Amino acid sequence: MAKGRVRFYSDRCKACELCIKFCPKGALGLDKKNINALGYHPATVVDPERCTGCGTCALMCPDLVIEVERE
Amino acid sequence: MEKVLMKGNEALAEGALRAGCKAYFGYPITPSSEIAEYMARKLPDSDGVFLQAESEIAAINMVYGAASTGARVMTASSGPGISLKQEGISYIAEAELPCLIINISRGGPGLGGIQPAQSDYFQATRGGGHGDYHVMVLAPASVQEMMDFAIEGFELADKYRIPVMIMAEGTLGQMMEPIILREPVTKFYDKPWATTGCKGRKPNVITTLHLPPEELEQRNKHLKNKYDEIKSKEKRAEAFMVEDAELVLVAFGLMSRVAKKAVIEARKNGIKAGLIRPITLWPFPDQHIIEAAETAKIFVSLEINMGQMVEDIKLALNGRAKADFYGRIGVIPNPEEITKVVFGIAEREGL
Amino acid sequence: MKVVAKRPESLYYKKFHYCPGCTHGIIHRIIAECIDEMELREKTIGVCPVGCGVLAYEYFNCDMLEAAHGRAPAIATGIKRMLQDNFVFTYQGDGDLASIGMAEIVHASARGENITVIFINNTIYGMTGGQMAPTTLIGQVTTTSPYGRRPELTGYPIRMAELLATNEGSAYICRTSVHNPAHVLKTKKAIKKAIQTQMEKKGFSMVEILSTCPTNWGMNPIEALERVEREMIPYFPLGEFKVKE
Ligand SMILES: Cc1ncc(C[n+]2csc(CCOP(=O)(O)OP(=O)(O)O)c2C)c(N)n1
Ligand code: SF4
Ligand code: SF4
Ligand code: SF4
Ligand SMILES: [Mg+2]
Repeated sequence: MAKGRVRFYSDRCKACELCIKFCPKGALGLDKKNINALGYHPATVVDPERCTGCGTCALMCPDLVIEVERE
Repeated sequence: MEKVLMKGNEALAEGALRAGCKAYFGYPITPSSEIAEYMARKLPDSDGVFLQAESEIAAINMVYGAASTGARVMTASSGPGISLKQEGISYIAEAELPCLIINISRGGPGLGGIQPAQSDYFQATRGGGHGDYHVMVLAPASVQEMMDFAIEGFELADKYRIPVMIMAEGTLGQMMEPIILREPVTKFYDKPWATTGCKGRKPNVITTLHLPPEELEQRNKHLKNKYDEIKSKEKRAEAFMVEDAELVLVAFGLMSRVAKKAVIEARKNGIKAGLIRPITLWPFPDQHIIEAAETAKIFVSLEINMGQMVEDIKLALNGRAKADFYGRIGVIPNPEEITKVVFGIAEREGL
Repeated sequence: MKVVAKRPESLYYKKFHYCPGCTHGIIHRIIAECIDEMELREKTIGVCPVGCGVLAYEYFNCDMLEAAHGRAPAIATGIKRMLQDNFVFTYQGDGDLASIGMAEIVHASARGENITVIFINNTIYGMTGGQMAPTTLIGQVTTTSPYGRRPELTGYPIRMAELLATNEGSAYICRTSVHNPAHVLKTKKAIKKAIQTQMEKKGFSMVEILSTCPTNWGMNPIEALERVEREMIPYFPLGEFKVKE
């Protein structure tokens, strides 16, 4: 079981990839199958099991897309 | 009633204090500095704030900030400083922040001189800065009115959420006359729009940015409606012997006192002269002009500049009668000089 | 599960207008987190600049004003002199603060004005499309220094934190960056310290934050963060320049 859980408010995402770059566990990526209302492939969790809930992705996200929970 | 001898600038400052003025922000400039100096001495007594700013630009923006908290606040300056304040005045007019701005005026353009002048009439009555706006402009003609208009000015500012300017010649700021001290104002306006911290209410925002075109037009329409209301309710002028006048002098500020003497002199010599003294320069009291035009054949604008108010007189007349102009700069002409001018025009016009 | 990161109460849910990856957004969020954590939202009055931050009043859930270009410190002065127990901050870019508003910022600091300034140094005029700023680095290409900034024509970038630290009235002056998570946390700490300085009525406080403008730098957001570390920090060293006890 993953120790953390991230939730993306994808309609706000601008696909800047800062969360992806700084996630220490490589748990995130762009969702190439979807395009949000802003016209971007939003970031998403590609490997939820890896998430430790460290909060780094939310810390670096400029657009308040991510909420993080931890055990 | 207490009567005291006071200098114009000090009477104005004292009037502002009696109106509940809580802060003064300004930068020194002759011939307005006594206002700042008086405030620097007196404001601390009433827990008020006096702050000498680094420039007139900073001063007017401090006024913006302080007025946004709902306090009665003011600044004073003269020509070159009033020019620097124009950026801030434009913002204040759009943000609809009440405040008092004093122009103890001197002659320009450029650095000009410190002698009396009314050359900032256009700047004051046309808004002065960028955009479609007005400030209310009051022109006192006595030291008593320096005090009274400071009180009145704050009242109008709060009532209409508009910057109010008092424009007086340097001479009026410097001269002394006996005046009646007015009672302190005790009734103040609620200002639910003020930015004071949002405890117990929704946050307030004060901004002048309106990017969507519809919103910008809406704001301009809103301001225009307000200006129309002010025009319909607040035009003020003093009319002297105009009922049957064929020749009407129009003069504001100290110039009106000289003009009054010339009217009396002309009447003694059988010339049917009269005087209209605009008290509000904006809104311009055009109704008084129109009414006087029922008997008057010619209006003579007397100004301490090269001819500015005469344009408003012509606009008011709209062809109803002739308009002429006589002006000096750097001096207030004496009654004899003006009487001579009046005689000359009366003769020319066959009056 | 406990929540470790979520939207602070001091920001509305409204989407930012900033470009993808622009660190204005990170800085907005950490200011709001500080206001929340210090329970100051209902006492806060913020003053926005003219620059990309011009619409910040649409995001902060507290009383806000919009200033003329560069005049925010004078407006904040007027507010703070009237409401001495409130928390008053300005949010200003480098053009706003270090060029057109130079007089206002220097004198607010010299007076020891009890306000907090958040200074966004991105070495460029973002809002107007990437012109040279007073902080533009030597050699940096902008639309008005198309051959790179040349000191013989336009002099040298201004170090505002160092400059203001020389003023007696400055109580807390710090330069930070948001180019990686550790520095975002440090920036948040510095903002808290600046706010604390104001609430303790110690005098003027400013946090200069090295920020990105991926759009006008012509870089992607990650390259832009790398540029902060590689080019900006060497010229604009991080650290506290003034801490009045
Ligand atoms: C008096 C005035 N001059 C010029 C402008 C145009 N203008 C708007 S923003 C800006 C520069 C903004 O740059 P900066 O302060 O660095 O903020 P950024 O957008 O980079 O965050 C300029 C020159 C203006 N609005 N007002
Ligand atoms: S909380 Fe940490 S581990 Fe989980 S996705 Fe975000 S950065 Fe990665
Ligand atoms: S940092 Fe935020 S805006 Fe950028 S890609 Fe990740 S979720 Fe989207
Ligand atoms: S122009 Fe530059 S500073 Fe402005 S929002 Fe875009 S990236 Fe940010
Ligand atoms: Mg900038």
